[in-house]
Amino acid sequence: MILGLSGPDVLSLLRAVGATLAISLASIAIGCPLGLGVALLRWAKIPGLAPLAAVYVSLVRACPAATLGLLLFFTLPMAGITVDAVTAGIITLALITSAFNAEIWRAALLAFPKDQLEAALAVGMRRGLRFRLIVFPQILRASLPALFNEMTYMVKLTPAVAVLGVVDVTRAAVRIGASTYRPLPPFLAALVIYGVIVFVFVQAQRIAERRLGSHIIGRRV
Amino acid sequence: MSRDFAIIWAHLDVLLDGLINTVWLSVASGVLAFFGGGLIATGLVARQRLTRWTTRVLVDSMRCAPFLLFAYVIYYGLPSFGVRLSNWRTGLIALAIYNSAYMGEVFRGVWAELPREAIEAGHAFGFHGLTFFRRIILPPVMEAATPLLGNQAIQIVKDSALLTIIAVPELTHAANSLANTYFIPFLAFLAAVALYWLVCLVIEGAVALALRRAQAKR
Repeated sequence: MILGLSGPDVLSLLRAVGATLAISLASIAIGCPLGLGVALLRWAKIPGLAPLAAVYVSLVRACPAATLGLLLFFTLPMAGITVDAVTAGIITLALITSAFNAEIWRAALLAFPKDQLEAALAVGMRRGLRFRLIVFPQILRASLPALFNEMTYMVKLTPAVAVLGVVDVTRAAVRIGASTYRPLPPFLAALVIYGVIVFVFVQAQRIAERRLGSHIIGRRV
Repeated sequence: MSRDFAIIWAHLDVLLDGLINTVWLSVASGVLAFFGGGLIATGLVARQRLTRWTTRVLVDSMRCAPFLLFAYVIYYGLPSFGVRLSNWRTGLIALAIYNSAYMGEVFRGVWAELPREAIEAGHAFGFHGLTFFRRIILPPVMEAATPLLGNQAIQIVKDSALLTIIAVPELTHAANSLANTYFIPFLAFLAAVALYWLVCLVIEGAVALALRRAQAKR
């Protein structure tokens, strides 16, 4: 008995923690670089693609996760792509977080000092090298706090994919509550679980910032 | 596809009813959360340590919880205390309380960033009490908070979509029922997404307009 929950209930909650973590981590792993790609399309002002990227960001940021999830889950099979609920959930959250990440990356790119780019150009660096050695390390450092913020948002958004039938922590808590007729213990347990996950992300942010020295930059600005 | 479009067109009223419910739900809970947030902000900066700490713990635990979990707590929790509410009211209350915590943080943050000079000047000119708050504190706080409140309003609109799970008849719910009845998931949800986009663009436009007005007043 933990928090008034029986052994099997604790087990099913723990299994749901696995689902919540897997879905949020997978969508972060896809969405973060995807967001960078979208931001770069806008930054490089690629004709045709840049305005498309702007529309994508505006539309997806306005889109509730549950609605987008339902749209993808029911429409992808019609296009011949069979997806299970978990995959559809991951795609949904990855798209949403990519739009928010794109804005974070874009802000860092817009704030990037022009003189450094010109200096890199002056010493003959090509576009790819310039980005990899000069731009990326700095925008990563500048974006880190906002990126981690967005990651904790992503964790809190995972219950939205419950509309597709995925059993995440929230859904598991509801199920336990419905079968035991005592909803509050599993809800409290779920609350604690989310608190721990968010706490871990905040700690990870601290470690990552120390490694990259973002705290120094953060203090200076 | 054209047949699907004809179905959507013929049942546009279902979607529009959903849209109106979403907007109404968002506006009502947004207004409640606005005042709730103001109240919470005063709790967060209260002189008594106990008040400050209890508000802090409540706000932080709210900010750790996903909205759906919180909505479920209200949905299943209130009846345990003998309070029975309709799904609609449950959703409204959940949205309002949950977002009050976030708005409280917005107000507190903006308030803390307020330049000291204006406050001291206000005191020096003999402003105090409610007039001091209304004339000196409120205008700059509201101006600085406007973009953040706009973001929160968008968040409320998006959170309200989750209430479809407890069968609140909002926009996603309407789209879902159209999709299931006529088996037109693509167009039904696409229409819903477009309508959400429209609502968010209106909110962003309103924020931009309010900021321009505030700038012009200066």
